[in-house]
Amino acid sequence: MPLLDMRDVRGGYGDADILQGVSITVAEKEIVVIVGPNGAGKSTAMKAVFGLLNVRGGQIVFDGEEITGWAPNRIVQRGVCYVPQVDNVFREMTVHENFEMGGFLRSGDLSAAYDRVYQLFPDLKAKRRNLAGDLSGGQRQMVAMGRALMLDPKLLLLDEPTAGLSPKYMEQIFQITRDVRDAGVSILLVEQHAKQALAFCDRGYVLATGANRHEGTGQALLADREVAEMFLGG
Amino acid sequence: MTLLDFLNFYLVPGIVLGAIYAVGAIGITLVFGILRFAHFAHGDMATLGAFIALALAASGMDPWVALPLAMAITAVIAIGVDRSFYDYLSRRPKILTVMASLGVALMLRAVVQVVWGVDPTTYVTGIVRPEEYFGILLRPRELNTLLTVVLIVVGLELFLRKSKWGKAMRAMSDNPDLARLSGVDNRKVTMLTWAIVGALCTASGFMLGINTELHSMMGWQLLLPMFAAAILGGVGRVQGAVLGGLIVGITEELSVFVVPAQYKAATAFALLLIILLVRPRGLLNGKVL
Ligand SMILES: Nc1ncnc2c1ncn2[C@@H]1O[C@H](COP(=O)(O)OP(=O)(O)O)[C@@H](O)[C@H]1O
Ligand SMILES: [Mg+2]
Repeated sequence: MPLLDMRDVRGGYGDADILQGVSITVAEKEIVVIVGPNGAGKSTAMKAVFGLLNVRGGQIVFDGEEITGWAPNRIVQRGVCYVPQVDNVFREMTVHENFEMGGFLRSGDLSAAYDRVYQLFPDLKAKRRNLAGDLSGGQRQMVAMGRALMLDPKLLLLDEPTAGLSPKYMEQIFQITRDVRDAGVSILLVEQHAKQALAFCDRGYVLATGANRHEGTGQALLADREVAEMFLGG
Repeated sequence: MTLLDFLNFYLVPGIVLGAIYAVGAIGITLVFGILRFAHFAHGDMATLGAFIALALAASGMDPWVALPLAMAITAVIAIGVDRSFYDYLSRRPKILTVMASLGVALMLRAVVQVVWGVDPTTYVTGIVRPEEYFGILLRPRELNTLLTVVLIVVGLELFLRKSKWGKAMRAMSDNPDLARLSGVDNRKVTMLTWAIVGALCTASGFMLGINTELHSMMGWQLLLPMFAAAILGGVGRVQGAVLGGLIVGITEELSVFVVPAQYKAATAFALLLIILLVRPRGLLNGKVL
């Protein structure tokens, strides 16, 4: 049984349905990527999992429990953390305070959690007292991921973590994503850099106009002629 | 005029007045930053708090001992005001809450006028002689005012920087969506903010009252300089509010060198206009309004 099973989900922000039937599964310790043209509903699909959408059809099952219609803070406590595409750090708080806010719902000793994020993001250790808003884009993205990891989630949702980053940082973020997976976290991510993302993920989905178009292993999608022509620019 | 005269008759009163404005402006900047609206009932909440302290002092308590009690009582009242009025409008456009706060201002003032009347009054009667500290003349109440303001500012800064809920308040002001995604309970932060704002209002009203006099319109007169201070410092910035308060207070006292004394109260207005024209985000780069 997959960790996340999203079946034929329909819904939107207001009355109009942006998602017209999206189905996505993520297994334990799997990296799954969603690609597709701008406005396809990739971010919206991710928000549906996190309870930020009016879901009007289909169901979302996480870890054996249906979470359709749950409020985000209940979903957080269940073990799903979400890194939005933009505005994903507290700019006027320090790196360490961002992590503290990530662990807000946890009580007790968090030192193991801090050790873990600083181990994943060693660059941030020296910057722990800097304001997150003063960091470079790549480092800010690391803060955003670190904040989400503080709750020790089973599933991490990442919306375009490499948007606007240099190739060097993009590689680094992909590498960290793998490290996070190796630490036992399943990952669902949306990517604009479709080729690179499909090359590094376990499985991928191509969404277009709010519905599934293609799915398969990253390699299979890269090899698919139609996917390559329609979505990867030939 | 000697330097000491300048200090004693203009600068020191300016600092005392500015410190009082600062405490009020911190509350305004917190409401602006965390709840995102201009709270026009701020001044009249200060009046109410000042009169609650008067009622406690009338029962034989030293006014400075009555102050923390009055702060606690007004904190509860502020939470009640939020629950009874602003909370219902929290999902509607913010301008509705702003207008509602104007209504709350009139209601609070009416309560003060019905209960305590419209005549000016004081916490203590009699003339107090100032003491001299290295040539600087300070009355005990002025010294107490400055010490209280320092205590409040340092205490609040420590709370916001070090405590879990203080950080949650800053997070909510910084990025409300992300704060909610991190599991911060918006309602708790709102309650906490109102408790602090009610307490700060009381402190500013009380200190204005003990350094001058109490009357039912005092808070309304505080409103403009407090807003000017908050915007001058940068919306959402506690340290900015302190800086802004001091600048407005000192400028008001020094304005008599330039304009007739009856225009003192217009100084804050002039400062507000200038800052909005020249540096709308305030001295410490606050939020965009
Ligand atoms: N907060 C929102 N409110 C209303 N419509 C939105 C919102 N966010 C996105 N949309 C609309 O939903 C559609 C899909 O957007 P999105 O999921 O962000 O696309 P993608 O992430 O694939 O680029 C777009 O037509 C967009 O205009
Ligand atoms: Mg998107």
